[in-house]
Amino acid sequence: MNKRTVQTFWFSICGLFAGLTVAALAFLLYWIISQGAGVLSWSFITSRPEANMTAGGIWPALVGTFYVAALTIVISVPVGIGSAIYLNEYAKQGPLVRVIRLCIRNLAGVPSIVYGLFGLAIFASFLGLGTGLLTAAITLSIMVLPWIITSTEEALRSVPQSFREGGLALGATKWQTIYQLVLPSAIPGMATGSILGLARAAGETAPIILTGAAYFLPVAPSQLTDQFMALPYHLYILATQHDQTEVVRPIAYGTALVLIMLVILLNLAAILIRQRYRSKNEDL
Amino acid sequence: MQRKHLPSVQESTGFPEGLKHVTKEKLTQKSFKSNILDVFMAYIFKFFGILAIILLGVILFFLIRESIPALREVGIAEFLTGQRWNPSSSEPGYGALPFILSSLMVTTGALVIAVPWGVFTAIFIAEIAPKRVRELLKPVVETLAIFPSVVLGFIALVIIGPIVAGVFGLSSGTTAFTASVILSVMALPTIVSIAEDALKSVPKSHREAAYALGASRWETIQNVILPAAMSGVFAGVMLGFGRAVGETMTVLMAAGNALDMPITQFFGVWLPEFFQSVRTLTANIAIQGSDVPWGSLHYSSLFVTAIILFVITFIVNLASDLLISRQRRKIGHE
Repeated sequence: MNKRTVQTFWFSICGLFAGLTVAALAFLLYWIISQGAGVLSWSFITSRPEANMTAGGIWPALVGTFYVAALTIVISVPVGIGSAIYLNEYAKQGPLVRVIRLCIRNLAGVPSIVYGLFGLAIFASFLGLGTGLLTAAITLSIMVLPWIITSTEEALRSVPQSFREGGLALGATKWQTIYQLVLPSAIPGMATGSILGLARAAGETAPIILTGAAYFLPVAPSQLTDQFMALPYHLYILATQHDQTEVVRPIAYGTALVLIMLVILLNLAAILIRQRYRSKNEDL
Repeated sequence: MQRKHLPSVQESTGFPEGLKHVTKEKLTQKSFKSNILDVFMAYIFKFFGILAIILLGVILFFLIRESIPALREVGIAEFLTGQRWNPSSSEPGYGALPFILSSLMVTTGALVIAVPWGVFTAIFIAEIAPKRVRELLKPVVETLAIFPSVVLGFIALVIIGPIVAGVFGLSSGTTAFTASVILSVMALPTIVSIAEDALKSVPKSHREAAYALGASRWETIQNVILPAAMSGVFAGVMLGFGRAVGETMTVLMAAGNALDMPITQFFGVWLPEFFQSVRTLTANIAIQGSDVPWGSLHYSSLFVTAIILFVITFIVNLASDLLISRQRRKIGHE
């Protein structure tokens, strides 16, 4: 066989698999949108589940997801930024930093359900917080922390070294330089990372099953220790745990659609911020 | 000649919007307070820095602490080799072997699909696709990566399951195979992005040398770029394995969760049983973790299975870490 034919053959194989990736995503989106669009309406979003979840909407689950994801970000972003600032601005390369990075990578690799079990053991049982919003949010915070650290570090790295040198040369202390020059320039990058963390926390199910999500609870949580409904867990219940799974299937599709839209919109926002930031920084 | 207006520093190109308020006076306000603050902040950040170590330590400590009662009472051997799991019955069984085998099996099945899929896609993105196609493919992979696992599990349940049941004539479509198929979609983005990074890290000079010797583009990819990027590609595969073995929701919804051993004897040889309902380590924790009485032996035994899971992912992640640093060294030295 001649070179050209062999090359065309393998290029087609690669193209085929890449096409399969696009097809998989297109199919997933098409199926969920086509099946879920029918039940999607303003009242579906703003009303409570009724008649043993066979009718009504998803409002409490949406609110619960919003609460737990927001709380997760409130806890994990400051900690993650602090950790990234240490690694990128203060730490000197050496064994300590290597160990810290190894731990961060390992934290990123711990299965989410193990985080759930850990959260149950330490926050719910050992510290006596019980299962609820706060326990779930702290657990999720530890889970998303590696991502927040990594993305913040990336944002800090993209701040030109000259900013730091300029600040220090003007006589500012290290902290003044970081606080007034480095951090403001890194804000878009950090925002991108936080939004991605938010999306991850909103879509995660396994840890909250163990740490505070409720099967059915038609009211929004009013205290940090209250249990809550969450969109992904609600979908899991409608799909597998409900006693009439066939009857609630349309509602399950609607829930899946809302969850997907939420996560994709958050990611879109993150991508837009990143792109705007990139084009602005190009001439630096 | 009229003097040109000279732009101030802040008006010059590219000074970020957010920094316009910064003035020299404000920046260099020196006082005893600012010096103390500087020292104080250095300590604060050091604490945040080592927090990752503390967290990993605390996680390990609590997993071990909670699993000690079961390890004392039952012994690790029973967990690793026992074939019957039923901690809450009057004759309790603590055999986690079916879960371990199921986890490994479902994950291996997923990789058999995801590795060729992911590696070829990565080659296409990194080496073959024109820029515009690449710009389209990257967000596609990123979007797949953010798909909530529960949605994929739902899709497996309502679409892949019935297809599997129909094609193979099974009474139920929730099998290890179904879980493998949907897990491959979950592992795919990890494999693609790490493999793509590895391929891209191969220096341009390699390519140019191959072209100069008369190699075609594909010959260059096959004989030069892929071998040079191999450890990075393997790292991607390992990370994909780690991701898949720790995945809970998709497997929980797609695999059927039966407690049987996932293997069958075929002419004296033990073979994995892919078209049967299985329960993985992750799924078992998710099913039993929420209503198990805290502090019971059953509760403690779930932590033992969590440690087994932790050890598997730890080894896999460590291996992929070593492979990535090997890749960097290799590229760096050449």
